[in-house]
Amino acid sequence: MQFLRLTIPLLLTAVAGLIPIIAFMWSTETRWIHATKDRLEVYMVIIAAFALLLGVVNVIQSNVKKIERRQKGWQYGAFLLAGLISMGAVGILSAARIGPFQGIGFLDDGTRTPFQYMAEYIFNPLQAAMFALLAFFMASAAFRAFRARNFEATILLVAAGIVMIGRIPLGETLLGGSPLLGEFTEWLMTWPNGAAQRGIMIGAALGAASLSLRVIVGIERSFLGIERNE
Amino acid sequence: MDAILNLQRINALVLVFLFCTLVLSYISIARRGGSLYVRRISGLNAIDEAVGRATELGKKVLYVPGIMGLDENQTIASLALLGHVARTTAQYNTDLDVPNKDPLTFAAARETVKEAYMEAGRPDLYREEMVHYVTYDQFAYTASVSGQMVREKPATNFLIGSFYAESLLLAETGQATGAIQIAGTAEIAQLPFFVCACDYTLIGEELYAAGAYLSKEPAQLGSIKGQDITKAIVGIYIVVATIGLAFGSELLRRLLTIE
Repeated sequence: MQFLRLTIPLLLTAVAGLIPIIAFMWSTETRWIHATKDRLEVYMVIIAAFALLLGVVNVIQSNVKKIERRQKGWQYGAFLLAGLISMGAVGILSAARIGPFQGIGFLDDGTRTPFQYMAEYIFNPLQAAMFALLAFFMASAAFRAFRARNFEATILLVAAGIVMIGRIPLGETLLGGSPLLGEFTEWLMTWPNGAAQRGIMIGAALGAASLSLRVIVGIERSFLGIERNE
Repeated sequence: MDAILNLQRINALVLVFLFCTLVLSYISIARRGGSLYVRRISGLNAIDEAVGRATELGKKVLYVPGIMGLDENQTIASLALLGHVARTTAQYNTDLDVPNKDPLTFAAARETVKEAYMEAGRPDLYREEMVHYVTYDQFAYTASVSGQMVREKPATNFLIGSFYAESLLLAETGQATGAIQIAGTAEIAQLPFFVCACDYTLIGEELYAAGAYLSKEPAQLGSIKGQDITKAIVGIYIVVATIGLAFGSELLRRLLTIE
């Protein structure tokens, strides 16, 4: 049991983790290692596709249970299942080209198939609406962050003010056409901001490498559902 | 040699060897009982307090493990933290909710939570619905989790892992509901949003170190020490190389370049 639950997954993880590293260091003339790396990437896509099926089954199970038990917010579950079934059914019928469902894109005469219509006029606008909310949330977050409560927050407020004005035509107009504010904005973004970002990036890259090493040598096992060393 | 090794990447190979040697050496030192100092990370120390607050209020803890799959290191780091959070919720008898976007992460998160409840000695409290799948679409997932935050008002939100455009949408919604929020990501562009909207933020390497820090296992802590020493070496090298490049050193320029 221990062999199946622990040893095999850890061995597979070590091999799958080492192959891309070796492929990166090895010459392109050593074709087998690069071919193995490419093959591993394909396997990952296949495994993910199977896992997606597991996800869909879970969505159906958990929402059906929610509706049956009339749990709080069950109406949302019903709405979700209606969307999943209608979009899925139209997709399957379109792929099989049954009745009016002839394909998933555009017809020869340029008109939309039902699936394309649903994607373009229901799904995409809903996505766009969610993304558009970001502008409002950004304003509320900025309002909180830019309050000059202390010295650091005041520096942030001044820098943000300069960058916001410097990146729009108003900044240039205010200075009588001088590009000084724009240039100062670029300097702020490239040097002080760039230096801080690179510091975080170097730390994060080494952290990621350290975590990868812990995974490859089998010290970090949380992704297998195993927390402590067994 | 040229037919086997890519000689233009030999500098990367040297760095990898140096890094691996340092990390494995410190792991070995830690396993032999050597004392290692790891600085306090306030975001991680606040986990018990955050879960305790949810217990007092009788509300649930929401854990969002990012939107990427298991091929992303941040997700693996997030799962390590999820294990600790799940053990704490099991000990405190607090409800936990883990909505997932990636199906592989969902499967791994379910195993992690199940194992944590068993380890905490409370398998009776574990329910399959605690870890559930939502959708593979980024904004549909955001809409679902935001809606859950507004309707169910969890007392504590963990936003740990890889996030993109949804980071601010989730963090601001959580902030509006009055939840205590602990976030962590290594996505540079999303960090300012989390810093603005969350009570604690694990920045970059703190996220990767979280599992090791909380596990208190010598082997894991040793790897953080090895990583820190490498960072110091890289820092010194950057300073030397910058001075060298200012004086036109071709050798240092070539050493810094990975083809």
